[in-house]
This record gives sequence, structure tokens and C-alpha cells, in this order.
Amino acid sequence: MPTMIETESLRFAYPVDEGQKPVYALRGVDLEIEKGSFVVVLGHNGSGKSTLAKTFNAVLLPAGGKVLVEGMDTLDPDLLLAIRQRVGMVFQNPDNQIVANVVEEDVAFAPENLGVPTEEIRRRVDEALRAVGMDEFVTHAPHLLSGGQKQRIAIAGVIAMEPACVVLDEATAMLDPIGRREVLSAVHRLNKEKGITVILITHHMNEAEGADRVLVMNDGRVDLDGTPREVFCQVARLRHLGLTVPDTVDLLDRLRQDGWDVPLEALGVEECAAAVARALEKE
Amino acid sequence: MPILEIKNLTHTYGIGTPFQRSAVEDVSFAVEPGEFLGVIGHTGSGKSTLIQHLNGLLKPTSGQVLLEGKDIWAEPKKIRNVRFQVGLVFQYPEYQLFEETVYKDISFGPRNQGKTGDELDRAVREAARLVGVLDEHLEKSPFELSGGQKRRVALAGVLAMEPKVLVLDEPTAGLDPAGRENLMANIREYHRNKGTTIILVSHSMDEIARNADRILVLKSAHVLMSGTPAEVFARGEELLAAGLDVPQITRVAMALRDRGLPIDPAVYTVEDLERQLLALKRGGAPC
Repeated sequence: MPTMIETESLRFAYPVDEGQKPVYALRGVDLEIEKGSFVVVLGHNGSGKSTLAKTFNAVLLPAGGKVLVEGMDTLDPDLLLAIRQRVGMVFQNPDNQIVANVVEEDVAFAPENLGVPTEEIRRRVDEALRAVGMDEFVTHAPHLLSGGQKQRIAIAGVIAMEPACVVLDEATAMLDPIGRREVLSAVHRLNKEKGITVILITHHMNEAEGADRVLVMNDGRVDLDGTPREVFCQVARLRHLGLTVPDTVDLLDRLRQDGWDVPLEALGVEECAAAVARALEKE
Repeated sequence: MPILEIKNLTHTYGIGTPFQRSAVEDVSFAVEPGEFLGVIGHTGSGKSTLIQHLNGLLKPTSGQVLLEGKDIWAEPKKIRNVRFQVGLVFQYPEYQLFEETVYKDISFGPRNQGKTGDELDRAVREAARLVGVLDEHLEKSPFELSGGQKRRVALAGVLAMEPKVLVLDEPTAGLDPAGRENLMANIREYHRNKGTTIILVSHSMDEIARNADRILVLKSAHVLMSGTPAEVFARGEELLAAGLDVPQITRVAMALRDRGLPIDPAVYTVEDLERQLLALKRGGAPC
């Protein structure tokens, strides 16, 4: 698999008042993110996960080490535009990301700025809205849409740029359960059907279900890295990092401590129920 | 006597226009003093419209809101007193901070109530302490604080008015798991120590299940069900059909029951389900 994003001993510090010591938000991150993968990044507030995300399309530049996007160094100012066309970002607040009064104009904003020909813009806008399941809303006013719909418009706006990678920085945090499901299924579809690399930063452990890879950030470093199963099995470590484990894993962990023979890695509701039922039958 | 009673409340937006729509329709319920009531319902179910009636921000199109047995609109000029007694904390309240210092921001409400001097100082400091705002932050600008701390300051501003009923709209939205748990622990402790009636509006079933004595479920402008968490989650299929989430652990219980295991699906904590499963195992093989 070719590499989408690579970081080498990446360090970053936010500016501080003169005379004060810099506080590093990232203190040495080495990562390789494969093209076409679905990566979820977890971590408590202040763990560095949003900072990391912002280095992926050169919103923030490394203070040490480097970030390579398809081999392009984000420190090279000549490559800035090219990098931002390859990696698009979606942020937390749906109301801060919409610029136009009509859905289709909003989605067309990026390709227009890139000087894409008109017919091509039309094609991209329609396709992007279809990809996120919002094609019925082409001529709607964005402010009358729900939060989940607005976030999908924001995602379509990024897709219309035809990036290779989309980074969602807590893009589901302000949504209700239905909005969250809409956005998640839209990005999963983009990942499967268009092969777009998805990097999803979130507080919600359940959103890691179905990801190829889970990264857990702590104190500016990657603390855990693996498949959802591998990561969520580390119940004690996750708790130590101030994160919760999904209730399914919590139940299995407790039953194991009660002496039951159940696997820890049955993450989904059905899987978990099946594992518990099997253990009961054995008795 | 209930502290708050809602009688046949209807609120219609845009009366006489093509956009006429009732956001709340014929809703009745009562809240007992000291109760911790959870309100759930998805976006558009009428939650926000409903809670804005509780302190008179919205006036019912028809129906009544009674505070300690008195219609809050009986004397419209005194509605301000109702707002001191029913404290409403909106979603993302940190966006409403405006003062130069944390102390001044928290004291805005009680000052408007007419509190001065030592009484004011006590109310501000106590409210700050209750929600974990540090003393050393009181003289800082609220805008220098982190998001979670700002939210605590905003909450303290309402608590400082010492309301009899505290209404919280999604108090933990956007916080990380540790932040959510911390803030809810503060709210639980406040409820325990002060005995204040609390109405918690949330999308998170888990949060409601863990904290509320009783749950009110709203669906398209009506009350769909109300009862203890166990009673409400026992009707998990109906909740799912209404487009609401049920706690993940309740779904596991439902899936176990679908497999023919004698599990009571009215569980909403991991501990409860564990207890049931252990009992089942001790009782020999399930049928």
C-alpha cells in the first residue's frame, strides 16, 4: 500500500509569552498512514489529537521533524496549495464552515477557487452531494438544514476538491445520535467506494467500530496503535489514559474477571451477545 | 405538591403563516421537589421549545406552566422572579460569557437579583466551588480559560442565583469522556447537597440512564413515554423505532433475549447486566 501521510519525529509547540518555556503539544510522532485506510484517532482533551490532525494539511507546521503528504514536505511553502488540495479538513462546528446561501454554491466554493471549468464544477458538485446522500438538497438554504446535514454539506465541499484524504476533527461532536450516524455512514461510504483515506478524530469510542486502525494519543505521543480489537482489549491502559472503553468490552472484561471464558474483542453488540450466549451454553 | 407542573402545554410557531407548526402539543407532566428528571428526544422533538417555557422565555400558545402551584403567567410583570427561581443553562453556555473577569461574570445574575456585599460574595464563591472553578481563576478573564472551564463558569453564573429548579440543556456536549464524567459528578453532588430539582436534557441515553430518577421521552411534539430508567429502557424496541438511541448495554441485553436467554432487557448499566448474567450462570443452564 502506498503511503498517504508520513510523519517523522514530529514535534509542535503553541506560541507562548516571551520568556516562558514552550509547551509541546506533539513530542515526537512517527506515523505512516496508508492510502485508502480508515483511521480513528482517540485521546482525551489536550492529548494532542487535534494538533496532530492540523499538521496533516499544513494548517500547523512542524516545529521539529516533518510531515510528508504523498511525499510532499509541508514545510515547503511552494507545495502548500498542492498539499491542501490533497488533504481536506472538516471541523467541529457545522455553523462555522458554510460560506454560501445555497447548498450547491457552498459545495462549489473550493473547485471555483481552484479555477476548475464550469461544466466540471457542475459534475463534481452533483457527484459530491450524491456521495454524502444530500443530492436532494442542491438548491436548499444551508441554515435550514439539521446539524448532520450541514456537516455532510461541509464534507461534500471538501470532496468536490477531489482530495485523496479527508481529516474530520471532532466533526461529530456537536451532532445528535442521528446526525452522527448520517455523517459516519457518509464517510465510511466515501472510504469504501472512492478509496478516500479517512482520518477521524473523535471522543466517541463507538465511532472506532469499523475502522481499519485506531490510534490513541496521550501527552503528545501515540500511546496505542492497532486494529479496534487490539486497542480496545487494553482496558486498563485505556482507563489509565482517561478514556472509557465501549460498554460491550467493559461487560466482557468484568465477566472474565468473574472467571468466564469470553473473548475481550467482541466489540459490536451482536458479537458481544453471541460471545456471552456461547459462554453460557458451555456450562 | 409538585414544584413544577406543565398542563396541556401547546406551543405553535408561525401562527397564521404557511409555516405554522406546533413544536409542543398537549404536553403534561409534573416534577416533584428534589427530583432529577431526564428529558430525551431527538432533534426537532420539541425539547428546546419545551424547556424555554419552564422559566417563561416562551409563552404557551395554550396550556399552563405552574411553579409551586402558581401559573407563571398569572402576573406577566413578575415573570422576572420566575427566571430567578428556574435557572436555565443553554447548550454551549460558554459562548454567553461576556465579563472582564470570571468573578464578575458569575456575579451578574445574583447582582441583578439584588444581592450585594457579603451575600453576593458568598453566592459567587459557593457557586464557583460547587462546579469546580478554582479560586485562582476568579480574577482571570473567562476567555483565557479552556472550553471545559468556561462551561463551568457559565454554569456557576446560573447556580449563583440559587434557583429552585435547574434546567440543563446538553451540559456535557462536546466534552471528552473524562470532562463529561467530571461535570456530571459535580452536578450530582450539587443535587445531593442542595436538594435542588434538576431537569437534564441530553441526547446521551447513557448519561440520562446513569443520573435521572425519572425519564421523559419526547417524540414529534408529544410525550412518548415517561417512567423510571428501568421502565423506559424495558421498551427498548419502541425507543429504537422512534429514532432514539438506547444504551449500548441495553442493546446487548435485547440481543441476548432475542437468543432466547431469560434476560430482563430493562438494564442500562454494565453492572446490572453482569449481575443478571452471574445469577443466570449460578442458576444452571438457561432454558
